[in-house]
Amino acid sequence: MPQTTLLIGTRKGALVARRPRAGAAWELGPLELPMSEVYGTGIDARGATPRLFAAADSPHWGPTLFHSDDMGRTWNEPGEAPVAFPKETGASLVRIWQIQAAGASAPGVVYAGVEPHALFRSEDGGITFSLVEGLYNHPHRGEWGPGNGGACLHTVVPHPTDPDRVLVALSAGGVYRTGDGGATWEAANRGIQSYWMPEDQRFPEFGQCVHKVASHPSFPERLFAQNHFGVYRSDNYGSSWETIESGLPSTFGFPMVVHPQEPETIYIFPLKADSHRFPATGRCEVYRSQDGGKSWTALRSGLPEGEYRAAVLRDAMCTDGGDPAGIYFGTRAGEVYGSPDAGDHFEKIAEHLPDVLSVRAVQVS
Amino acid sequence: MTATLVLPAALRSAAGGAPELEIVEGTVRSALDNLAATMPLLERRVRDEQGQVRLHIRLYLGSSDIDDLEGLDTEVAAGTRLYVIPAVSGG
Repeated sequence: MPQTTLLIGTRKGALVARRPRAGAAWELGPLELPMSEVYGTGIDARGATPRLFAAADSPHWGPTLFHSDDMGRTWNEPGEAPVAFPKETGASLVRIWQIQAAGASAPGVVYAGVEPHALFRSEDGGITFSLVEGLYNHPHRGEWGPGNGGACLHTVVPHPTDPDRVLVALSAGGVYRTGDGGATWEAANRGIQSYWMPEDQRFPEFGQCVHKVASHPSFPERLFAQNHFGVYRSDNYGSSWETIESGLPSTFGFPMVVHPQEPETIYIFPLKADSHRFPATGRCEVYRSQDGGKSWTALRSGLPEGEYRAAVLRDAMCTDGGDPAGIYFGTRAGEVYGSPDAGDHFEKIAEHLPDVLSVRAVQVS
Repeated sequence: MTATLVLPAALRSAAGGAPELEIVEGTVRSALDNLAATMPLLERRVRDEQGQVRLHIRLYLGSSDIDDLEGLDTEVAAGTRLYVIPAVSGG
């Protein structure tokens, strides 16, 4: 029976919850890395033992990256800074927003998306990282603006079989992709709208506020995106995008998650608007599409009844890669919910936590 | 002759639990540069990768904020005490 491990990043530390077998009760571990904001959590499940990552930052002591090779029982931080800007850039790391292992075709490669807008790459499993200069020196860089959360590169989608292809998303710069291992990058935003711009400028080459992009490993050309207003699909690795919004109560939100076995099944958590960051219907509801975005269904079985006012942030929803698939999300009310059956039914895993910033899960036999 | 670097409780784990460390007399900058070589994890809690003291930290030499002296070029004489003081902020 597989054991499930759920890594939870909060505004004041990280926790690990474990389910020893399907159907068993969740066991919530102690709060680690206290007083650290853990916006980025990651699990590299390619090795025999998964490596867990927690990107922790402190207003006092700065940002850093911890890793754990014993499923979160102990955390390690290298002596030398894992992620740091080279002297010649004059830039200083503010926050690590995303830790993402590459595909099986690039063993040892782990990416870090950071603030200020930059991508770092590790070739030693996430211990030391180097700046991806091709993106950092992109001619668009001076025109990228910060989103409400900061000038962050928050999403990294490595191609599962071609190690030279990587797609990233920035707030607010939009989607960029490389096909040559990071040497050159092109904007990939055609069809994504910047609704706040004048009518004749709503489809710029770049500058969109894309909140999250996700894909399925077996169909890497197909991408799904949750935008700052707008839910999109691309069938050509970002060359063009089309809206998949019919049936949604709102097009604003943060997370976008793809089912690990069903490439057409996706999950989002709609919020009312950027000016009203509350659940779109006033209830705690996940929306699922099982046909690639043609139609949507609200999932609420096991979730709180009545008015719910907490949002779900961009990395606070995930799957565990299992079959059947577990779906998890954490809210800014400090609650974590999980579904062992791909969203049909949820249960509360944790409550009374600091607000949840990120979650990642893995099943291990 | 040496001076003393005084650490707040939150940083002592990065110094092996020590509340104070001996530092060689020189400047604040040279003291932190030496720390970067011997205890990099501790040093980067105090300065970022560009060598700037982090925003919510103050360094005091005795009773004076080094920003009111010569900043990182402030001389640290033998027998003096250099304090790392975190801002009292947050919630």
